[in-house]
Amino acid sequence: MNVKLSLTVNGKAVAAEVDPRTLLVQFLREHLRLTGTHVGCDTGQCGACTIHLDGRAVKSCNLLAVQAQGAEVTTIEGLAAPNGDMHPMQAAFKECHGLQCGFCTPGMVMSATALLKDNPKPTEEQIRAGLDGNFCRCTGYHNIVKAVQSCAAGS
Amino acid sequence: MYPFQYHRPANLAEATALLGKLGEGKALAGGQTLIAAMKLRLAQPSDLVDLGGIAELSGIRADGDAIVIGALTRHADVAASAEVGKRIPALARLAGSIGDRQVRAAGTLGGSIANNDPAADYPAGVLGLGATVVTSRRSIAADDFFSGLYETALEPGELIKSVSFPVPQRAGYAKFANPASRFALIGVFVCQEKSGAVRVAVTGGGNGVFRSAELEKALAASFTPAAAAAVKLSADGFSGDLHASPEYRAHLVSVMAGRAVAAALG
Repeated sequence: MNVKLSLTVNGKAVAAEVDPRTLLVQFLREHLRLTGTHVGCDTGQCGACTIHLDGRAVKSCNLLAVQAQGAEVTTIEGLAAPNGDMHPMQAAFKECHGLQCGFCTPGMVMSATALLKDNPKPTEEQIRAGLDGNFCRCTGYHNIVKAVQSCAAGS
Repeated sequence: MYPFQYHRPANLAEATALLGKLGEGKALAGGQTLIAAMKLRLAQPSDLVDLGGIAELSGIRADGDAIVIGALTRHADVAASAEVGKRIPALARLAGSIGDRQVRAAGTLGGSIANNDPAADYPAGVLGLGATVVTSRRSIAADDFFSGLYETALEPGELIKSVSFPVPQRAGYAKFANPASRFALIGVFVCQEKSGAVRVAVTGGGNGVFRSAELEKALAASFTPAAAAAVKLSADGFSGDLHASPEYRAHLVSVMAGRAVAAALG
């Protein structure tokens, strides 16, 4: 039996009827066509599907869409300013070349923004530990950490 | 994932009533284990009773000489709690070492101990601190709660409401994390109660969390890292797999116990 779901995604109210099996990432990508959130491992390990659920960075492949009932969801598409200006973290990733193939980047950026919200001036060690739920299979961690440091220094 | 009926009760009474009448129903807390298991079709509940809408199950409060943590309190909130950090810092550190950041932002205390994964962290903290698990029906001492591999004393339809952790004199937790999964290859929680009694709980051994009488005896005599490290445990009962042999795990218990004591002594 389908379930009525209403939530806010990137500031907009969304209402839908979903099969309760629908994963949150499926709902975002396939129902709302917000394909910036990536499915990497689909087993809750790689963090490519990281989004913000009521301000907390979580893995949307390991949650049901119905668990976001009434919640505020932010995806990578919702980070930039309405006029298109990049979020400072996105700008820092661009500036520091914090990506190679780019597949993990949306999840990295979502995790990194949540990390700085909790700890605005993290040490390098805290950044590496704080991003341990996100894998970069290009192993581009060095510049990713630099991007987070640069964003923290600029804020 | 196989199909299921979804329920979202507004309070605990409704949730227990639903679970009581749904034969193959399962309670959904943070879902960090259950949803992965359902995706792999390792779990196929007929019904899911989502506890996410029950506000009364979340929160951290002081209750005399104990800290009471609601079953739906997330690991990240326990890790960041000033109250837990001040009075049972080992528990805050344990919660902050579970999985990764995103898992800690979704996973819950009640979900972890109800699942009782043999390599999970929280069972070691709950057993090591001699906590009391408060359910919808009764209070269960940690010593009676964990009954084996993924097994607990919970009966069908019984839900965890909170866990009451007595504030110890000192406590520490150390784990050797599997570098890929972050689950404990071996994790040891040591606790010196206000009475001076020592409790040592071990997770990751393979058959569920357990107390080590040998380590408790050694640490009761001398609460030092050296006393812990000097205990040599038999490998009998420890599991072996591609990550570690039984002998390696048994050896790690003493090593982690030593580190946990050092952490407890600050």
